[in-house]
Amino acid sequence: MSNPQQLRYSKEHEWLSVAEDGVSTVGITEFAANALGDVVYAQLPPVGDTVTAGETCGELESTKSVSDLYSPVSGEIVEFNQDVVDDPALVNTAPFEGGWLFKVRVAEEPGDLLSAEEYAALTHSDN
Amino acid sequence: MSSAPRLTALDALHRSLGATMTDFAGWDMPLRYASERDEHNAVRTRAGLFDLSHMGEITLTGPEAVKVLDYALVGNISTVGVGRARYTHICQADGGIVDDLIVYRLGETEFMVVANASNAQVVLDAITERAAGFDAEVRDDRDAYALIAVQGPESPGILKSLTDADLDGLKYYAGLPGTVAGVPALIARTGYTGEDGFELFVSPGHAVELWQALTKAGEGVGLVPAGLSCRDTLRLEAGMPLYGHELTTSLTPFDAGLGRVVKFEKEGDFVGRAALEAAAERAASNPPRKLVGLIAEGRRVPRAGFPVVAGGEVVGEVTSGAPSPTLGKPIAMAYVDAAHAAPGTSGVGVDIRGTHEPYEVVALPFYKRRK
Repeated sequence: MSNPQQLRYSKEHEWLSVAEDGVSTVGITEFAANALGDVVYAQLPPVGDTVTAGETCGELESTKSVSDLYSPVSGEIVEFNQDVVDDPALVNTAPFEGGWLFKVRVAEEPGDLLSAEEYAALTHSDN
Repeated sequence: MSSAPRLTALDALHRSLGATMTDFAGWDMPLRYASERDEHNAVRTRAGLFDLSHMGEITLTGPEAVKVLDYALVGNISTVGVGRARYTHICQADGGIVDDLIVYRLGETEFMVVANASNAQVVLDAITERAAGFDAEVRDDRDAYALIAVQGPESPGILKSLTDADLDGLKYYAGLPGTVAGVPALIARTGYTGEDGFELFVSPGHAVELWQALTKAGEGVGLVPAGLSCRDTLRLEAGMPLYGHELTTSLTPFDAGLGRVVKFEKEGDFVGRAALEAAAERAASNPPRKLVGLIAEGRRVPRAGFPVVAGGEVVGEVTSGAPSPTLGKPIAMAYVDAAHAAPGTSGVGVDIRGTHEPYEVVALPFYKRRK
């Protein structure tokens, strides 16, 4: 699997896009999606919610388990992906694209986000 | 027991297929190869290939082998004809379920008992102990067999292309020795998916060869390798109990709605008889919780151990739950107080991490194949 170079990654397996006008897009990585198995339910943070880096802000449910969704940054939710709510399998089929989860107006970014190479090393995946 | 997981004869093959592996009862088993939903749907509509080599085989031979089983198990094994199989339970003296089993009668004086992987040792020990004083031999055959299942509507055609055995004459819950793809096999028409299908007991040394032959034979009809994850959703839709979930030592077969497997009419005593007679009376006069099906109105998935609620009170507990690929909704099996167990009972929900999600009570199974 390949982790896009332009994204940054959290140790909890979320990815974060480069901010445009202060807004970043967040999703989970392909590694995380594969580990979950088929995602069947996504509870995403509502617009206007304030999220905190490293804290839970929703949940992703797969056939076998439910996993907390963590926000990689602090800020305010400006949009969530209704397509994923309607068709959670998008998280499996296109985790870095159509399966994005929410957009957040970034207030504060933690200093420990990883580059694609660092994240690949963390997951032992070849990049 | 060693801490290193046991590997089946097909382990390298699973890895070459990119399987996600999981520990199951001390075995490293394929959980899924790609999407478990696709594997599930393949078994419902075409065919799936399973490695079930973790199941525990126990062979009984000897003039009194049948007497051992009639004494050790709750079923009437004397009435099982040669070449036929029977679903049954083994119980404790107090009536609690030790395991659910399939017993194959391979000959007049030869039987194979198949136990769940997690219980194989306990079942082996119990049968060995209960065989004392009978003219019969109990043999641990766990290492003698690999078990490959081909399940789904295309499975008869796939198997037919690889064997001369009379599959049309092989009824559901029957088994006969034969040759499949040149490999000696016990061919059983059994499974745990709710579909037509076969389970092939073969020597571990022949497992790879047989798997590859089945894969090739199924190529044109959509056979896919299938893991334990879809096996669980398939059996759940079919309303089949799983030991450790619907069946435990703290429940009798009557508590589990499976009193029909207990055959009081058979001759002689059997382990658990007195306790089970009392359990049968209790179940008739003062029904305990009943095993029911629940279908979600929403999309959140109930899991084992979640409370079933009605009117703010806990009225039961989920034993198994999963998103159902066939129904497109989350489903569960649950033990529910008799007052709330009737199909259509309104106001029943499941407490999913603090939120009471509405559920419809239905009779089991959720899915029954058209014959």
